[in-house]
Amino acid sequence: MRIEARNISYAYREIGLALDDVSLEISNGASVAVIGPNGSGKSTLLRILSGVLRPKSGVVLLDDVPIHERSARDVARHLAMVEQERSIGFDFTVREVVAMGRTPHRSRFARETQADAQAIEHAMELADVRPLAHRSIRAISGGEGQRVHLAMALAQKPSVLLLDEPTTFLDLRHQTQFMSIVRQRANEGMTVLMAIHDLTMAAQMADRMALLKSGRVLVEGKSQDVLTAQNVESAFGVRAIVGHHAQLASTYVLPILTGERKV
Amino acid sequence: MEKCHDIMNFVKRRGRIWILWGLVIVMLLSVIAGIMVGPVMVPMKSVIASLFNAQDESLTAFQRVIVRQIRLPRVLLGMLVGSALAVSGAAMQGLFRNPLASPYILGLASGASAGAAGAILFAAGSLFLLPLGAFVGASVAALVVFNLARGRDGRTSILTLILAGVAIGALFSAITSFLLFISSGGEKLSDVLFWIMGGLGRASWTSVAILAPIVLVGIGAIITFTRDLNALALGEDGAHHVGVNPEKLYRWLLALTTLLTASAVAVAGTIGFIGLVIPHVMRLLIGPDHRKLIPASALVGGCFLVWSDMVARTVLAPAELPVGVITAFIGAPFFLYLLKTRGASL
Repeated sequence: MRIEARNISYAYREIGLALDDVSLEISNGASVAVIGPNGSGKSTLLRILSGVLRPKSGVVLLDDVPIHERSARDVARHLAMVEQERSIGFDFTVREVVAMGRTPHRSRFARETQADAQAIEHAMELADVRPLAHRSIRAISGGEGQRVHLAMALAQKPSVLLLDEPTTFLDLRHQTQFMSIVRQRANEGMTVLMAIHDLTMAAQMADRMALLKSGRVLVEGKSQDVLTAQNVESAFGVRAIVGHHAQLASTYVLPILTGERKV
Repeated sequence: MEKCHDIMNFVKRRGRIWILWGLVIVMLLSVIAGIMVGPVMVPMKSVIASLFNAQDESLTAFQRVIVRQIRLPRVLLGMLVGSALAVSGAAMQGLFRNPLASPYILGLASGASAGAAGAILFAAGSLFLLPLGAFVGASVAALVVFNLARGRDGRTSILTLILAGVAIGALFSAITSFLLFISSGGEKLSDVLFWIMGGLGRASWTSVAILAPIVLVGIGAIITFTRDLNALALGEDGAHHVGVNPEKLYRWLLALTTLLTASAVAVAGTIGFIGLVIPHVMRLLIGPDHRKLIPASALVGGCFLVWSDMVARTVLAPAELPVGVITAFIGAPFFLYLLKTRGASL
């Protein structure tokens, strides 16, 4: 499925303009990373692309149909999102939370069908949370929690997966595990759009990138073209060593600290 | 500790369906008990006989009047009011994602009290004016609060909703106090106070006939939103991402809970703690899934009020305690106990 943002602008009442005439096209099956400093508009862009926020001007097209002409339910059948962290009210079990991913596919009173159960079990398998199935969502760690949310999103059987810095609070192992699962889904044809801070991780995940700064797209293109020392410096104000790593088969970015190292 | 949690969850998952059927049986037994108990005791056999056969010989004419004209409507009204309050409470808690929410959170109780006080003090003695005044007062309070909480962008702010509820509640309490102060005192004053404390003493077949369709339709409508309430546990954005529009849900559920609560309060006064404690206890027993939590709260809320009412009309018989006193006596300590023992994991 193809998703496109066309001339999107958005302003918050408290802080003013967050996105200024942003256009971005994610073709079917592509993996795209949105990168940029804090406050550059990444999260706002993702919330608009998911249909939660309505842009002040411009339009989001999901397979050429404006997203706001589709019902929330129709959108949710095609598009799922995992956020940075999400607190869940009440003491649901892990499986119950994953099963919520089936909401858009079930009618109000329908019992869980065979197809629902299969989707739930398969999603839990993929996200490696099956051993947690009957645990309380409040009795698991942050890394497990993010995998549960990924499982819920996968149980939705989306063709587009949006990720808003889903690994920010995770340790190295959980980050790597989470991103590996996502990359596997992308290889199988899922369209993936992620906002992400770790540029080297972004390079391993995405074919294309959009670099945002102050609500505008600074550069957009193939990952190796966007990730240059010059672009990193002009967006983040940070000097970095950027190169191609043969074993990763992708670009790496090593930021350089300012000042002298203590001897 | 974790193991214990797992076992509890297993029990919750397996036990939910038959618990609902068990509760239906408890409800039927509560109706029978509620009819039996009172200053004049009626044996169970006679209660059952007279319910199904008006010409039954085992009852005296006096007993028959007690059963059919006094106790049966009163018990049915208790079931309706208790269910309405418990379901409203469960829906509010789901809506606010907060187990401390109650059906009175929008200032409904204070609004109803002010309306009732106005009706009693200024429109002498009409039977219909008191419930009407209470209903109007409650609805006005809820409408004002709801409109205050709607931002310019058409979105509802939950925080503003709660704070506005507190403020409007205080305002209507002041109005009630003012009305009571300028009233000449005497019988009207005690009427108002007695109504505020809450009770089923005004039960009649008329009040049952008015309340029953409202409560049954209201609860039925809320049950259609239980799947969406579950999704709302993911937060507003989270609910949206699985296809549930939170704004629509807010509007429907606030309207339905206001209708239920205002109607219940109009006939029975501001009975406290049922809407807070019953959903809470049911959540501990059968888990947070609203598809079962809401029906279970309806059944248990009704039973709890019927049993509280039995206590209220027997402990000081022939005098009658306001049932709100009983529910608060049971509910408040229990709530504090929950607060102390479960703390953050409420």
